[in-house]
Amino acid sequence: MSRARADEEEYWHSSKFRAFTFDDEDDELSQLKESKRAVNSLRDIVDDDDDDLEKVSWSGEPVGRRNRLPSLPSLSDAFSDTGVKNYAPELRRPRAEYKDYSNDWSPRDTVRRMQRGKVCSLERFRSLQDKMVLLDEAVAGHDGNVITAVLIFLKRTLRREVLFRELEVRQVALCHLIHFLKETGEQKLLLDLLRFLDRTEEVALSQYREHLNIQDVEKKREFLKGCIGLPFSAEDISHIQDHYTLLERQIIIETNDRHLAMAGQSEIFRKYPRKASILNMPLVTTLFYSCFYHYTEAEGTFSSPTNLKKTFKIPDKQYVLTALAARAKLRAWEDVDALLTTKNWLGYTKKKAPIGFHRVVEILQRNNAPVQVLQEYVRLVEDVETRLNLATKYKCHDVVIDTYRDLKDRIQLMAYKCKVERGSAEEEKINSLLSNMQIRWKN
Amino acid sequence: MASTARRDAPEPPDFGILKRLARDQLIYLLEQLPGRKDLFIEPDLMSPLDRIANVSVLKQHEVDKLYRVENRPAPSTSDQLCFLVRPRVRTMRYIADIVNADKMSGRSRKYKIIFSPQKFYACEMVLEEEGVFGDVTCDEWSFYLLPLDEDIISMELPEFFRDYFLEGDHRWINSVARALQLLNSLYGPFSRVYGIGRCAKMSYELWRDLEEESENDGQGRKPEIGNIFLMDRDMDYVTALCSQVVYEGLVDDTFRIKCGSVDFGPEVTSSDKSIKVLLNAQDKIFSQIRNEHFSSVFGFLSQKSRNLQAQYDRRQGMDIKQMKNFVSQELKGLKQEHRLLSLHIGACESIMKKKTKQDFQEMIKVEHALLEGFDIRESTSFIEEHIDRQVSPIESLRLMCLLSITENGLIPKDYRSLKTQYLQSYGPEHLLTFHNLKRIGLLTEQAAGETLTAVESRVSKLVTDRAAGKITDAFNSLAKKSNFRAISKKLSLIPRVDGEYNLKMPPDMAYVFSGAYTPLSCKIVEQVLERRGWQGLEEVVRLLNGNEFAMADGAPEDGAGGDAQRVVVAVFLGGCTFSEIAALRFLGKERGHVIGTNIGACAVRRSGVQSGAT
Repeated sequence: MSRARADEEEYWHSSKFRAFTFDDEDDELSQLKESKRAVNSLRDIVDDDDDDLEKVSWSGEPVGRRNRLPSLPSLSDAFSDTGVKNYAPELRRPRAEYKDYSNDWSPRDTVRRMQRGKVCSLERFRSLQDKMVLLDEAVAGHDGNVITAVLIFLKRTLRREVLFRELEVRQVALCHLIHFLKETGEQKLLLDLLRFLDRTEEVALSQYREHLNIQDVEKKREFLKGCIGLPFSAEDISHIQDHYTLLERQIIIETNDRHLAMAGQSEIFRKYPRKASILNMPLVTTLFYSCFYHYTEAEGTFSSPTNLKKTFKIPDKQYVLTALAARAKLRAWEDVDALLTTKNWLGYTKKKAPIGFHRVVEILQRNNAPVQVLQEYVRLVEDVETRLNLATKYKCHDVVIDTYRDLKDRIQLMAYKCKVERGSAEEEKINSLLSNMQIRWKN
Repeated sequence: MASTARRDAPEPPDFGILKRLARDQLIYLLEQLPGRKDLFIEPDLMSPLDRIANVSVLKQHEVDKLYRVENRPAPSTSDQLCFLVRPRVRTMRYIADIVNADKMSGRSRKYKIIFSPQKFYACEMVLEEEGVFGDVTCDEWSFYLLPLDEDIISMELPEFFRDYFLEGDHRWINSVARALQLLNSLYGPFSRVYGIGRCAKMSYELWRDLEEESENDGQGRKPEIGNIFLMDRDMDYVTALCSQVVYEGLVDDTFRIKCGSVDFGPEVTSSDKSIKVLLNAQDKIFSQIRNEHFSSVFGFLSQKSRNLQAQYDRRQGMDIKQMKNFVSQELKGLKQEHRLLSLHIGACESIMKKKTKQDFQEMIKVEHALLEGFDIRESTSFIEEHIDRQVSPIESLRLMCLLSITENGLIPKDYRSLKTQYLQSYGPEHLLTFHNLKRIGLLTEQAAGETLTAVESRVSKLVTDRAAGKITDAFNSLAKKSNFRAISKKLSLIPRVDGEYNLKMPPDMAYVFSGAYTPLSCKIVEQVLERRGWQGLEEVVRLLNGNEFAMADGAPEDGAGGDAQRVVVAVFLGGCTFSEIAALRFLGKERGHVIGTNIGACAVRRSGVQSGAT
């Protein structure tokens, strides 16, 4: 094949080969000896610019001819007289010697050359068929860099509808174009493409994504409002709606609270200064904030927890969990109590926790709740083993003692005696239980 | 566990040469811009560069000031600017802005861009569009492989996973092929190449193609690496999604091991400053615990501390001469050991603290249940609560993905409710994350199986002649069923244990997950090496969606190839976890193979899951 011959010839004539001789005598470089062998065998990887001199740009103009250099391993040269050799004139052959071979490359060879980092003119691929053969070759060559290069060329030389139509049946190439448009930020073209492909959901998501780049909250809110009309799936539409409503709410709350905090009139803001703005925070964080600063507000106000709960249909479990954490942080134990108390229709009260009392205990404990408070909820932990563990861990003696009594476990109760203080009420309680003849101990 | 016939595992080849090569080439490239210059470095190239050449080397080659490539103008006053960057569009714009600003103010400087590991045409296009093509010179720093340890090499391509698996962009395949070429030329010729996955296959083909025309014969050279195994990350997401319990994995999960080193904060160093520590085989303490199950680590550390104490105590009975000896010969070593010990003890404490807070025990239980496929309802509510409590956005996603993959998708009701709660807990913009995870097949909704196949066959009928059936690939990500249970059963990934699993003297690779699960990826490697191919694994291959291959290049039979035949490089395209590395090390000891593990991109565990909102 003539190309192979030309290649070979070029190889032997190019300066590269000469540049590759190592100067072993050079003492300074003796430490490099070890890598020499490797470098030698590396030639093809690091140094394949044998025909760099015929580099042509997309438009076919020769480019990048200055500063072309000998190959990597001539480090010795680089060290000894930097700068001179770099521009060594003998390395550059007169332009006339260079024929633009690229006109002869088949689509396959063009792709192969490009895979090896060489620039080829693509201008000669003018018919649609030629262009597509080239694209298919690029895809078959597995190198995404080349696929994208071909696509850049196609994008420039084909009307978009024609390009889109061709890509519709070439999924791999299509992925590359979409990714390329995302990276270069050609949003309009990207949206046109997605619309052409009938990928309406992606159109919507891709537009929605832009909100991430908007810093100004007012602008962002306006933008999100516009997103509500986009062709999202039915499920996602409600999420987008919620996103908009949430930001709208946050803007109102933020304006108000910043004011309140500055004025210094409100005790809660004085006592617990805000650490950050509530803008752009998740809903649960906003709820926590609202439970912290606006707990007692009537449902009518935008900042009240109940209003948030209703507007965003926050599940009971989530609500209790968040409110509990907020109120416990403030050590507002009555609020905690109220939160977990329900009244039945007869007016009896009962403790209920949709999240399980072991979680309640954990949250309270993390906020250093006093034993009296903790005890009440440890007692309500349903699983006996967990209850005993928690009670022992947090020194809720009463709960431990009562649990062993209920289990009729005399031995454990006796063993526990040494864990309570001498002469304390707890010790007395244990003693009286142990001497109680009414109890039928199991051991 | 040792059989008498077993030979000792051969030493891994010297990967240090890769570093020297990279350094030499970098120096060469810097010298191409003679004279003093300022160097701008892409932030995620800093750590790899750090392992190759330190500041003084750069200074030696007339680098004046160092800047990070970031989103603000740099105050450089040098007449020559050199940019060491990844081939990224936004970086090109940054550089173009600098050049154009100079032009506007009539300033003339020299600019050089060094791309690592290679240049992309799209980058040149941007330079051309911005009107600076020709004003800058471009070069490539063919820095494909960074040895992180005696037996780990990494390509350090953080965007590999996202680019290939999410976007379907094949741009890094060339880099992988070149990395293979490099390995082959330095340590080959490989006699056997195995692989599974589409990316693996394409990389292999491109590599063969590159080899074909290179006149590097390699004949007569004694190979140091005999076998290579390529695997796509999407063959096994499950393993990457499980909580890690070997020490090195836990350190990574807790502190993030970046480029082989870790920053231990004040809570570990018990001082007020952070320390950067290199974690590798050179660390005598670390090297003994890195692969151990966390439960064995404490015992080891306390034993070590006692020994150390005893050695210090020996001073008591010494006379002057002995003391002098002690101080001059032993003390330094002891001090070093002491420093390392206290660091790792501090790290353990920190890990324990964090994990206890996160209900780690519970979480592991849930993961094991998911792997075995029972208590799905309980696991789902655990995940729900995890989300509601805002424990950790990443961990929540990880658990959801694990649920999805092991169950072949979430049932629609669960999917909706978990998604809603996730958006409420961690922010509505994660809508985009969910979309990405769905596309990639990590977090999906169970659909009526029929519909998709119907569409697929209709579309492929339409295009078979034109796109050579390639269309099916596009549907792969949509249609990809994980088939995890069937594969798990076929390969017995869940070990049947009578009584307690012995974590101290583990019988198999499953120890890296407390004996509950053998990492699928490593099991495949083991099976294929054992069978010298895919025979007998047809069903598994079918369940994994095929694309397997095995090539023997005149491979010498057992024994003839010597040690090289027992050296295998496992290449994970898309990254691997430290649990997998530990499992492969175990396999290496068992079978007398050394497994050099090459990471296609670092830390998939995170980048994979995070492929979201940004």
